[in-house]
Amino acid sequence: MTNPVQALTKSVTVNDNPFMKPVEWLSLLVLAALILVVLPLLLDGFRLNLVGKYLTYAFVALGLVICWGYAGILSLGQGVFFGLGGYCMAMYLKLEASSVENTKIQSTPGIPDFMDWNQLTALPWFWQPFKSLPLTLILVIAVPVLFAFVISFAMFKRRVGGTYFAIITQAIAAILTILIVGQQGYTGGINGITDLRTLHGWDIRTDAAKFVLYFINGGLLIACILAAQYVKKSKLGRILVAMRDKEDRVRFSGYSVAGFKVFAFCLAAGFAAIGGAMFTLQVGFMSPSFVGIVPSIEMVIYTAVGGRLSLFGAVWGTLLVNWAKTSFSESFPDLWLFGLGALFIAVVLAFPNGLAGLWRERIEPRLTRRVKALRAPPPAILPPHGTPPHGAPAE
Amino acid sequence: MFGDYSIGDLGAIFAMQGFAGLILFSVYLLMALGLAIIFGQMGVINMAHGEFMILGAYVTYLCSTFFQSYLPSLFPISFFVAMGLAFLASGAMGMLVEWGLIRFLYKRPLDTLLATWGLSLILQQAYRSIFGAREVGVELPAWLIGSVQVTDTIEVPINGLFVMAVTILITCAVALLIFRSRFGQQVRAVMANRAMAGAVGIDTEKVDRYTFGLGCGIAGVAGSAFTMIGSTGPTSGQLYIVDTFLIVVFGGAASLVGTIASAFSISQTQSTLEFFLSGSMAKVLTLLAVVGILMLRPQGLFTLKVRR
Repeated sequence: MTNPVQALTKSVTVNDNPFMKPVEWLSLLVLAALILVVLPLLLDGFRLNLVGKYLTYAFVALGLVICWGYAGILSLGQGVFFGLGGYCMAMYLKLEASSVENTKIQSTPGIPDFMDWNQLTALPWFWQPFKSLPLTLILVIAVPVLFAFVISFAMFKRRVGGTYFAIITQAIAAILTILIVGQQGYTGGINGITDLRTLHGWDIRTDAAKFVLYFINGGLLIACILAAQYVKKSKLGRILVAMRDKEDRVRFSGYSVAGFKVFAFCLAAGFAAIGGAMFTLQVGFMSPSFVGIVPSIEMVIYTAVGGRLSLFGAVWGTLLVNWAKTSFSESFPDLWLFGLGALFIAVVLAFPNGLAGLWRERIEPRLTRRVKALRAPPPAILPPHGTPPHGAPAE
Repeated sequence: MFGDYSIGDLGAIFAMQGFAGLILFSVYLLMALGLAIIFGQMGVINMAHGEFMILGAYVTYLCSTFFQSYLPSLFPISFFVAMGLAFLASGAMGMLVEWGLIRFLYKRPLDTLLATWGLSLILQQAYRSIFGAREVGVELPAWLIGSVQVTDTIEVPINGLFVMAVTILITCAVALLIFRSRFGQQVRAVMANRAMAGAVGIDTEKVDRYTFGLGCGIAGVAGSAFTMIGSTGPTSGQLYIVDTFLIVVFGGAASLVGTIASAFSISQTQSTLEFFLSGSMAKVLTLLAVVGILMLRPQGLFTLKVRR
């Protein structure tokens, strides 16, 4: 028996549906050149580190493109996964920084300083796995993804979605923040986990280390873009879109809607976790202020500004909004919140597809016309190169 | 955790904490009522609801300062004037927002979340620019200060009693309005079946606008009541917004009884736990329990059977 999605994938031949269109390769190339070549050449160490920090948010934005743009699940709690990833990394670094000889002035040497201040005398059990680097690297991804699985499996199995799901994720972000702030002895409280020094003996505070970490971050981001592109192009990506637009039809065709939704949500959580871990490494601390409601919803606006259906747009949007935030709040701190608020409203009312949508609707047609006009003189038979608005909004 | 207290102590503790919980219940209920009406009818989650509440609080602050400096003889009744003005100010603002923003987004509920969040940021910054970043307190008239001694271990503050009386009054008024008036009939008709309500001649757009205004107006009164038990700052509204959302969802959207029941259970749980655990753990446990129950029973405590 064929079902609609199978029929759809079968009807297009391989050549019509390459992994990436030439335009997309070009976008990737431009983005990679910007991140890996242009910015490192142009910016000084401090600014480059700042861009590196912004790029860690781009992981979250990337996940939201798949989760929100393609699968239609709006999560207002991505900060939870960003934070969990970041905290896992920070716990490893903190344990390494609080070796017995570093902390011999404490009443209990060998445990992180904030535990000592809070009269803890032994390392809590959930800190134990973070003594080993390989285990930490696994847990950085595994903890957030598992948490995302637990949240989403229960909800999606019961067909909860839309605004309900958004509110529950937001509540979870609030709960986790209160918990981290409240349990100061176990988590470092409102200050977070600070004073991180080395990664397996390698000092991460030096300029050279920050430079290397920036490139690791950039490379990981591009790898994640490719992974997301793979998901988007695969049959799975088509099911996600179909599900977003007509959930019941997909369900009646025999697909497990809940399963696909859980996958999309977990994927987004995994991306966010990588971003969080890279954040900790580059910025040198992790605190609950990256977990709560406000940062979580700000990460949604990065995706919205870039274009919720465009992987590259998400990265551009993140860079742009953060650049605007930094430069605005340096010079007009009062105006920034007005600007951010207006951005939320404008992006929803006027540009629901963000920058990528603007590019696709306004600039790209003009460019293709120009290119065609240049190529026109030899009356060669060019195929009508109407750029299909891939991933145009369904509504 | 109960071991260290005698039975009598425990009774007094529960009574006192229960009463503190009742004040929390009043603020929660007033905020959640407006949110529930709006969510029930239009499926819109208004993230700026807390800011509408704070608008009411600031109106109350302005009003009481005005009475204090120009009409000190009438100061004891300034609260009633302030509540009316808070309702009008927040309601008018709500209708303006509905007209300028929300009505374009009824088909995209997720986008409304983002747009109203943007609105809340703008309002917060506006409050900060106008009233300053510092929290302001409203001076209570003499008759609201003090407490009533029930037994020698239990005493209840008068302002808390007053807030509760206001809450009960408003809840009854809303119930009457929704279930006994012509406007309420129209609201329920639109809630049950928008297309059919339009077909029988109800101006659904107008009903939407007034409902949104009503919900925001109630938030304004909530803010007015809030000034009696806490001080008002530009971001005070945000502290309550997550709890209120959970209350609305937990109660089962569009159910008045459900909203009351969930506001009551959540505020009481939180306030009782607060005595035995730290404040943050009490909140975490309460919210976790709510989220857990919602995962098992997503439709909430009470559900309205509606054909969609």
